[in-house]
Amino acid sequence: MATALEGIKVIDLSQEIAGPFCTKLLADYGADVIKVEPPHVGDKARHMGPFKDDDPHPEKSGLFLYLNTNKRSLTLNLETATGRQILRRLVEGADILVESYPPGYLDGLGLGYKELSAINPRLVMTSITWFGQTGPYKDFQGSEIVLYAMGGEMYSTGIPEREPIKTALTASQVQAGAIAAVATMGAYLLASAQGQGQHIDLSMMEALCGGIDRRASALIGYQYTGEITPRAGGMGVRGYPAGVYPCQDGYIEIVGGAAHWQRVVKMLGEPEFLKDPKWTQPTAQTDPQLYEEFMAFFIPWLMERPKREIWRIAQENHVICAPLNTPADVYDDPHFNQRGFFVDVEHPVVGRFRMPGRPFIMSETPWQLRRPAPLLGEHTEEILKELGYTQDDILILRQTGVI
Amino acid sequence: MATLPLEGVRVVDLTVVWAGPFGTMLLADLGAEVIRVENINVWQTYTRGLMARPPKQVAAQYLPWTLGFPDREPGRRPWNRAPLFNAHARNKRSCTIDLRQPKGKELFAKLVSISDVVYENNPPETMEKLGITYDYLRSIKPDIIYVQVPGYGATGPYRNYRALGVHLEGSIGHTLLRTYPDLDPSQTSAVYTGDYLAGAAGAFATLVAIHHRRRTGKGQHIDLAQAENAIAMLAQAYMDYALNGRIQSSLGNRHPTAVQGCYPCKEEGRDRWVVITIRDDRDWEAFCRALGNPPWTQDPKFADVTSRRRHQDELDQHIAAWTSQHTNYEVMHILQAHGVPAGAVMDAKDCYEDPHLRERGFFHELYQEDCGTHLYPGFLWRYSHTPMRIWRAPVRLGEDNEYVYKELLGVSDEEYRRLEAEGFLGMDYAPEVP
Repeated sequence: MATALEGIKVIDLSQEIAGPFCTKLLADYGADVIKVEPPHVGDKARHMGPFKDDDPHPEKSGLFLYLNTNKRSLTLNLETATGRQILRRLVEGADILVESYPPGYLDGLGLGYKELSAINPRLVMTSITWFGQTGPYKDFQGSEIVLYAMGGEMYSTGIPEREPIKTALTASQVQAGAIAAVATMGAYLLASAQGQGQHIDLSMMEALCGGIDRRASALIGYQYTGEITPRAGGMGVRGYPAGVYPCQDGYIEIVGGAAHWQRVVKMLGEPEFLKDPKWTQPTAQTDPQLYEEFMAFFIPWLMERPKREIWRIAQENHVICAPLNTPADVYDDPHFNQRGFFVDVEHPVVGRFRMPGRPFIMSETPWQLRRPAPLLGEHTEEILKELGYTQDDILILRQTGVI
Repeated sequence: MATLPLEGVRVVDLTVVWAGPFGTMLLADLGAEVIRVENINVWQTYTRGLMARPPKQVAAQYLPWTLGFPDREPGRRPWNRAPLFNAHARNKRSCTIDLRQPKGKELFAKLVSISDVVYENNPPETMEKLGITYDYLRSIKPDIIYVQVPGYGATGPYRNYRALGVHLEGSIGHTLLRTYPDLDPSQTSAVYTGDYLAGAAGAFATLVAIHHRRRTGKGQHIDLAQAENAIAMLAQAYMDYALNGRIQSSLGNRHPTAVQGCYPCKEEGRDRWVVITIRDDRDWEAFCRALGNPPWTQDPKFADVTSRRRHQDELDQHIAAWTSQHTNYEVMHILQAHGVPAGAVMDAKDCYEDPHLRERGFFHELYQEDCGTHLYPGFLWRYSHTPMRIWRAPVRLGEDNEYVYKELLGVSDEEYRRLEAEGFLGMDYAPEVP
């Protein structure tokens, strides 16, 4: 079956996480993504762990291998005039360009939106930065935690007795990358219909600030009440049970209370003491004494059962619950395997491994793993020949440090 | 070309809670006509609140980010005043149709027949009980795009498992990767990163399917399992397991190679924090310069990238002693002036007062009849040629009933009045709804 984005040409100057995740989404659904990497070093993500066998080799980064499926790699030195000329030729035939350089860097090379749109007015150019192309913080240095602290709802994440805590790994940059893909694809639809491209200024800070992971609602809650959402622990929904609790072999996360209270009672086998009408008064869920009384029963009930069994019993009673798993649990889980989520990859340097597959299933135009993440410069010759360069030209370009 | 990418695209929105509604908000921002189909006879917990009419003393205890109603008053229509709903409800329309009744099903079918996309994120059995399947939708509108975003997907043993975002994060491993490393995992608060990513991916999937339909005339079915989709955010942990069989544990605020942390600052009537990342030797030198090279920075324990990591507990104490003498904004500006990544941990008040967000015009003032006038967070990106706009404040329940019933579905004034009198449609939940 055909892929959905077949025929769309994307020039990808982005590095690290957000930009490459944006172009991974485009590549995974069929776009021809040419990853333009600095010669010899490549994308910075090639130097970020984890590495196969903990060997920090540019072809062995698990992060890079995940973020760059289905792309082709071209090495190109944009600090040379010839390198810039090659980029301009690529742009002539491109639909989309994604970049994540600091604001002004490409303008300084004569490769800003103004210049590139003069070559190709249909071009959609997506610029992904920590803080955007304008404003007092545009030249600030960023990092995952800085992004989450300023853009995300870090302040209220964690418990009151301790410092705020970030989400895992580089989750915020992945989120911003996905938003960049939405922005890019939206602009592409317009460009393909009307022949006019445009420039997208994606500030990762704003992508988070307007986001649904509690940030937008905490901002609105402040407007409405004048109160700042504290670090509260648990679900933030006052009621019980709500949050993470220990069980026989680990932990589960559960939410009951409010409208779901009767389901919780059923899940627990309708014990006698919960039949008292006091449990269904409107204020029962915020009464600290009732809370203590409930927990005195609930915690021992959990400790007698393993996480998967609690999960099953809860689901049978439509109680919202889940175990706290590790990736190993998920790799072994029948659900994800029956759905064919994981895919086997054969990579020339790393060998065989199983990686997480598609983000979503499309019935007509499926996700496909056409090729693993490219080796650095793996497709340089192929791409240059598509542009009309000869073998002799390529030899010169190599020796002069252009590619 | 002042048009937006999705002008002329109509989306029937059956989404609940957050993961779905965030996706349709992005489509609405792109110009689609997004019509929420809600039901005044059924309460969907979490979407517009925990209960339809919470007593004032219960409402007083809700956290601001969930149900901090304006001035802490539930008001006459609390369901139009909830931050957790109003955070994703701009630029949308709302109508109320009881899909459990034959009349409702008939109206729904008519709406689908003039729409392009049906978007929902319910457990699959909930849709099936209503008779809403891809085959059914396709029989009404052959080129329909059906975007289904359940917690665990449309197939497989967990297809009907209930989850909020925080539970999906538990089941795919996020929760264990974001705990305080020295505390029990129960000592944490909920995050909804997967809802965010499901919304973004769902909107992206819709755009891809629209592109395909424009080229080929064919619609399709999208099955987006929120759990699978969110695994992208845990790439490093999954790939470490895939390549090395290693199960990673939480680093808290620390970083695999940098010196990184969250440090206390001068309290300003509330607790204040700053985050700092010292990536390499260059950052370290700049950091020391920014502090005026105090003697402790010369300690050989902090001389190189590996020794700083080895002695980070001690280093953190020095850093915290310095940050405590300043406000978090001061620390951020001092370190950023030297090129070191640092940022104030910004709470909601900071955001509204922040010069950067203000200069970029991030916030929008909106009037909504049940909430009054407030500033709301704005767009997640900027288009140079076709700026997005907010034409509608967070939509009220049933706000567009007349438009949908009369203009789109051709219901006569007389019948509309009858349906309203029967309690089939309206702007208030039925009195018996909890």
